[in-house]
Amino acid sequence: MSKVEKKKLLTGPILRGAVKDSFIKLNPVTMMKNPVMFVVELGTLIVLLMVLAPGYFGAEDAVGFNIAVLVILLFTVLFANFAEALAEGRGKAQADTLKKTKQDIAANKLSSGGIKVVSSSELRKGDIVVVSQGELIPGDGEVIEGLASVDESAITGESAPVIKEAGGDFNSVTGGTRVVSDEIKVRITSEPGESFLDRMISLVEGAKRQKTPNEIALNTLLISLTIIFLIVVVTLRPIAAYLNVDLEIPVLIALLVCLIPTTIGGLLSAIGIAGMDRVTQFNVLAMSGKAVEAAGDINTMILDKTGTITFGNRMASEFIPAGGAGEEEVAVWAAVSSIKDETPEGRSVLELAKRLGYSYDFGLADQGEFIEFRAETRMSGLDLADGRKVRKGAVDSIKAWVNAQGGSVPENLETLSSGIAGKGGTPLAVAVDSTIYGLIYLKDTVKPGMKERFDELRKMGIRTIMCTGDNPLTAATIAAEAGVDGFIAESTPENKIEVIRREQQEGKLVAMTGDGTNDAPALAQADVGLAMNSGTTAAKEAANMVDLDSDPSKIIEVVAIGKQLLMTRGALTTFSISNDIAKYFAIIPAMFTLAIPQMERLNIMGLGSPSSAILSALIFNAIIIPLLIPLAMKGVSYKPMSSTSLLRRNIFVYGLGGIIVPFLGIKLIDLMVSLWI
Amino acid sequence: MGIVQIIVVIAILVLLVKPVGTYLYNVFSGEANRTDRIFGGIERGIFKLGGLSRREGMSWKKYALSFLATNVALVAFGYLVLRLQGALPLNPSGIGRMEESLTFNTVVSFMTNTNLQHYSGETGLSYLSQIIVITMLMFTSAASGFSVAAAFVRGITGQKSLGNFFEDFVKAHTRIFLPAALFLTLVLVALQVPQTLKPTMEVATLEGGTQQIAIGPVASLESIKHLGTNGGGFFGANSAHPFENPSPLTNVIEILAMWTLPASLPYMYGLFARNKRQGWGVFAAMMTLFVLLLSLNYYAEMKGNPQITAMGVDVSQGSMEGKEVRFGVPQSALFTAVTTAATTGSVNNMHDTQTPLGSITPLALMMLNNVFGGKGVGLMNMLMYAILAVFLCGLMVGRTPEFLGRKIEAREMKLVAVAILIHPLIILAPTAAAFLTDLGQGSISNPGYHGLTQVLYEYVSSAANNGSGFEGLADNTVFWNVTTGVVMLLGRYVSIIALLAVAGSLMKKQPVPETIGTFRTDNGLFTGILIGTVLIIGALTFLPVIVLGPIAEHLTLW
Repeated sequence: MSKVEKKKLLTGPILRGAVKDSFIKLNPVTMMKNPVMFVVELGTLIVLLMVLAPGYFGAEDAVGFNIAVLVILLFTVLFANFAEALAEGRGKAQADTLKKTKQDIAANKLSSGGIKVVSSSELRKGDIVVVSQGELIPGDGEVIEGLASVDESAITGESAPVIKEAGGDFNSVTGGTRVVSDEIKVRITSEPGESFLDRMISLVEGAKRQKTPNEIALNTLLISLTIIFLIVVVTLRPIAAYLNVDLEIPVLIALLVCLIPTTIGGLLSAIGIAGMDRVTQFNVLAMSGKAVEAAGDINTMILDKTGTITFGNRMASEFIPAGGAGEEEVAVWAAVSSIKDETPEGRSVLELAKRLGYSYDFGLADQGEFIEFRAETRMSGLDLADGRKVRKGAVDSIKAWVNAQGGSVPENLETLSSGIAGKGGTPLAVAVDSTIYGLIYLKDTVKPGMKERFDELRKMGIRTIMCTGDNPLTAATIAAEAGVDGFIAESTPENKIEVIRREQQEGKLVAMTGDGTNDAPALAQADVGLAMNSGTTAAKEAANMVDLDSDPSKIIEVVAIGKQLLMTRGALTTFSISNDIAKYFAIIPAMFTLAIPQMERLNIMGLGSPSSAILSALIFNAIIIPLLIPLAMKGVSYKPMSSTSLLRRNIFVYGLGGIIVPFLGIKLIDLMVSLWI
Repeated sequence: MGIVQIIVVIAILVLLVKPVGTYLYNVFSGEANRTDRIFGGIERGIFKLGGLSRREGMSWKKYALSFLATNVALVAFGYLVLRLQGALPLNPSGIGRMEESLTFNTVVSFMTNTNLQHYSGETGLSYLSQIIVITMLMFTSAASGFSVAAAFVRGITGQKSLGNFFEDFVKAHTRIFLPAALFLTLVLVALQVPQTLKPTMEVATLEGGTQQIAIGPVASLESIKHLGTNGGGFFGANSAHPFENPSPLTNVIEILAMWTLPASLPYMYGLFARNKRQGWGVFAAMMTLFVLLLSLNYYAEMKGNPQITAMGVDVSQGSMEGKEVRFGVPQSALFTAVTTAATTGSVNNMHDTQTPLGSITPLALMMLNNVFGGKGVGLMNMLMYAILAVFLCGLMVGRTPEFLGRKIEAREMKLVAVAILIHPLIILAPTAAAFLTDLGQGSISNPGYHGLTQVLYEYVSSAANNGSGFEGLADNTVFWNVTTGVVMLLGRYVSIIALLAVAGSLMKKQPVPETIGTFRTDNGLFTGILIGTVLIIGALTFLPVIVLGPIAEHLTLW
């Protein structure tokens, strides 16, 4: 997340670009895509005509008022365009950074006659290139020979290089990344213009942005509300004319613009773009806005145990003495055996000893000779300068080693070690020469905070299922510790599809993460499939999201972003529609007061004059758009809680707030406007 | 004392909701139950006659088509009889054929359950027409409405199919309207409502002159008029006439007769949804809006008219202009609210003479058209608003909006948009058109703000298929007959078909299981949201015309 904070929300160039774009977007052809704002633009044009040719419309005495209406209407449209342009601008800025990465790269193409240097744009699917240390990889592909560390910071922002090697799940490379050591042969897997980088650029640029199903449905509603209010306003003139109440066209347009949902209409596309953008900022690449929305609807989440829920390596969690030894002796000798051990297991033994407060003589290591772990011996340790040999390793191997030196095995060792195995852990025995002191309990450790995350998910109504290759006993232990709702032990990629299908048949939406080729079918089947960037091309193709940081637990945040996107849309819609009450109370009495003086009694807000009331409502309607841009871009705040408490809170803030705020806002604006007219 | 009368009637209604709602569920759920033994035999006979031995579930299109075809056939039949009534039997008073545009208006009015009456019953219809057209349509239109409502509820609650229109239509008659009407007729006859086929009586008055007193089969018409929320009276004066509604007791019975069935439908819906709280939530929203608007009418009528007070008239009883002394303000206010909420359209007092603020109540209830509402349609409209509320606020819990476990997506929103749009369109557009022409303006008897309300009321009543008249409008002209006829047709069929399509589309969706993250529609919070949505979307639309009509009139009077 630290990276995200570094990226500034707004920069000078983005702002300047957005201002320019908001004028370009005034083009009616563009505006028509947003029918609500298009109606406002049409109204603006009508008022413009009345200002230019007041004689023709018989509006000579209202020129000043009409000009004011014209200016406010124009700003209403511009503000809405600005919101959209701003959201797009941020995407474009990101795309520009990416485009710098996508330059023409010289590629060493392997052909029958040896290596030929060609431009990366000439590479086709199936071509094989050789990339050496310091060179850029010319296109997306798979490593078919060799091993290299690759700097992918251009795409992921992560500076630590990653290892790519032929075969297995770490063979895919992305064009534009740099090989920092060794040499690899890469088979190109994409045609020019269709590479991962190209797709990424077009996604963040929003060029191919399509309205999501939910956006289309909401748009339908906004259009029908616009039509309803159009009917209200158009019919009002003849009806009022019967009463000899003459309603001026600019006043009717003002009423219309205030009533139609311009606030949400102006911000709707910005919310969608910003939602996608938040996902991108989070270093997750969503292939469509639909996928992000689907993430908000997830009912079940399928997570791999290793790497997602647990660290995947086994960590020391307890020292268990055997025979007549004490815990301290086990701890000290275990630590001594691990002083020079660089494996995660060895590190974790030292950490545990330190945490438990045991001190040991670090100096022993300097003189001692480190014995590395080997598959044949299945133990590692230290030969001390004084001749003592310290070992830790698999229980059977240590027993044999001790027996060979004529030592004896403590009677309770067997019981203790099978006890650890029974709980899903791995026992390591610790011995010095012919004496076994006890065991190290190695455990697959749940990442810190996972339990809380799962609790949060449960509050959102999402069920978590853990998949693991472990036996049921081990799986149950980890599942209980992590607090997942269910688990599948001894699972294969095939079971995952079965689970997904089963859940989907019950009408649930399923999210999962994966990286291997054998995960691809399940990723494709899931409603939200998050592939790891480090994974295979097949997995990335099948998924609808790719995590550039390759952190599988991010799926949880993606769900939160999806929910936040939908909530922001709902909150601003509710706010926009609730605003109508106050606008009615401002404009209706004002419209009729001239002809029917008694209407003044409906002026409950005590607004200065009919013209100031209408202008104030219109001004409020316009400036609420830019005021809400930050909310539309950042999204409404979201804390996991039950839907009922979430709804109560949002209804209170955006529903009730939407009713009250415009009363205050319009009154305040009226106080200022009244000074002038 | 007046308030106590009102509270007692509401309390009786609330007590009736559960048993009646359960009965309705038994009728339409298709599950075998005890009532099959009573009605099963007759129904089997009818099904056999109609060639309906296999009654398969229908798709929404087939259901809508069956509904439309049945209605078209009944309209054609009704039109022929009214045009030929002069030559047909059972016409002791020798009433001639009805004029073309009036016939169109009358038949459409009764088929759409509106019962807007541009004719006067005593002089415009033969006894045969009263029985085989008017009374028959009162049964069939109510049964049609009930059938589509049952189909709609089946669809949104995810039953196996929308059901079979003909089966629903027959069952609505045999199990609901015929037995209930028979029972109510007998009760009304016992309470002095006439029921005879004798011609108009000629009696000698004390002054020595003669007077014509119209009588006829009143009780039978009166019962189905209210049970089917039809509202078309036997006499022009409708339920204010002493033969239609002789006493406060018959008044209460008639109120409950028109109110109980629509008010029980939400409970039936709760049973279909397998969650009674869903039903009670909708009921609570309806009742809250009802009590609010009833209170407005009662308050305004009790306060009276200052100009009449200034004339030295005693207003301790409230504004009695246009009201029957035997009912008083409380019984009149309640009747007004119920008849416009349940879109019956019968009147026991002249809405035209209500105080300006008081007249907002009938107008608003018809503009909303979902507070209990007419046979089935009120529930459908309220559920449509529920879908809308779910869509607006459901997003705020961060999920694609779901209603009863089914996602509300673009297709449903398009159909709901049609249903929402049509109501203001067919009220405001013809109202504006009427003011643009002399044909419309010429009929206004009371120019100014009140005249505006007269015209508005006429179209609101037509669009909501209510049929009550504000009166005072000379509405038996070709212009009014045709425009209100068209409005009634659109008001009834467009939204019903759109909502049946919604039901058909929701039914096909895979239900999403409910979790703690699901937007709940069965608690008080949702009831509040529903009321808010109805008020903001449904009511604000009409605020400008309400301000120009009754509110302007009120402000200039006080």
